Amino acid sequence: MVELALPKNSRPTEGKTWAKPQGATNLREFRIYRWNPDDGANPRIDTYYVDMDDCGPMVLDAVLYIKNKIDPTLTFRRSCREGICGSCAMNIDGTNTLACTKDMKDIKGTVKIYPLPHMPVVKDLVPDLTRFYAQHASIEPWLQTDTPQPEAEWKQSPEDRYKLDGLYECILCACCSTSCPSYWWNGDRYLGPAALLQAYRWLIDSRDEATGQRLDNLEDPFRLYRCHTIMNCAKACPKGLNPAKAIAEIKNMMITRQS
Amino acid sequence: MAEAKTRPVSPEASRPLSPHLQIYRPMLTMMMSIMHRITGAGLYFGTILLAWWLIAASTDARAFDTANGVLMSFPGRIVLFGFTWALFHHLFGGIRHFIWDTGRGMEHPEREYLAQATLIGGFVLSVAVWVIAYMVR
Repeated sequence: MVELALPKNSRPTEGKTWAKPQGATNLREFRIYRWNPDDGANPRIDTYYVDMDDCGPMVLDAVLYIKNKIDPTLTFRRSCREGICGSCAMNIDGTNTLACTKDMKDIKGTVKIYPLPHMPVVKDLVPDLTRFYAQHASIEPWLQTDTPQPEAEWKQSPEDRYKLDGLYECILCACCSTSCPSYWWNGDRYLGPAALLQAYRWLIDSRDEATGQRLDNLEDPFRLYRCHTIMNCAKACPKGLNPAKAIAEIKNMMITRQS
Repeated sequence: MAEAKTRPVSPEASRPLSPHLQIYRPMLTMMMSIMHRITGAGLYFGTILLAWWLIAASTDARAFDTANGVLMSFPGRIVLFGFTWALFHHLFGGIRHFIWDTGRGMEHPEREYLAQATLIGGFVLSVAVWVIAYMVR
């Protein structure tokens, strides 16, 4: 359901302003969402100052600077620091992206960081992605075939392989799904852009033989058709993919198989 | 039993919802989607005005003079111009969504151009209709 305001327990309050690093001349202000499951208080927005002369260029560098040098309790996910694991997805400067590939030069003024939008928060910048992963699992993201296993590999022509470009690169960071207002309001029934992009990735795979069942599974007013081409997903994707277009293609496959 | 009473609620249940609309940067296509809904709702209101005007015209001269007087007053004309704009904006929005439904125009920057065209087209056509209406009057 559409609920524009946050529930009472979710409204952020003004938090702590942490001391500026001593002797630093090139400071940058960071406003970061904090929530601690152990203190029973509402989320708060803390203010930090990072010495840019002692910090790498990406937002993740600054977040690590804060954790290492100012406040070790700041909690977030990160791993590869090169945009391939999808762990450090967060809302930075108003849009969802990966902290490790977001250059701070591209942000004006104070850097504002929130967890991915409209998700239950586990702690600070860590959202609970359980449902997001379950939705991915529900589209059965693996090769399904009826014909007997070939002696060697399942063959695919280069032309058919090219059809997977722009789809297989998805790293499941959840930037797209959590940028989508339709997913905000109906995330319990709408699969969301990430799961649907993956659904399309298997629908057009020339080796897959479960196309009919896959479409049956998506033929639902909510699972697929809650996409209203708002396009936030395509703009948010840190890998430059286009879930909105993949969803449009699925809708077209639905029409094509009816005629 | 006392133990059960003091047991804290499950962590899942107490988790806050992260901010969404409050903090998301307004994207042109997102704002256009919102405008498409608002103008769509506005059309209901405008259609009621139109129906009122037509019913009054078919009732008698006094009823028509009242309805016509209200709609032709300065505030009435502002509302009517808003109705015209909502109609064209929603029309162009519908065409934009129709194009997207075919899978075309969804890449960057085409999707932005389509959104801008909706915005400009709706406004230009509304003004054009009113200019023509005043000219032929």
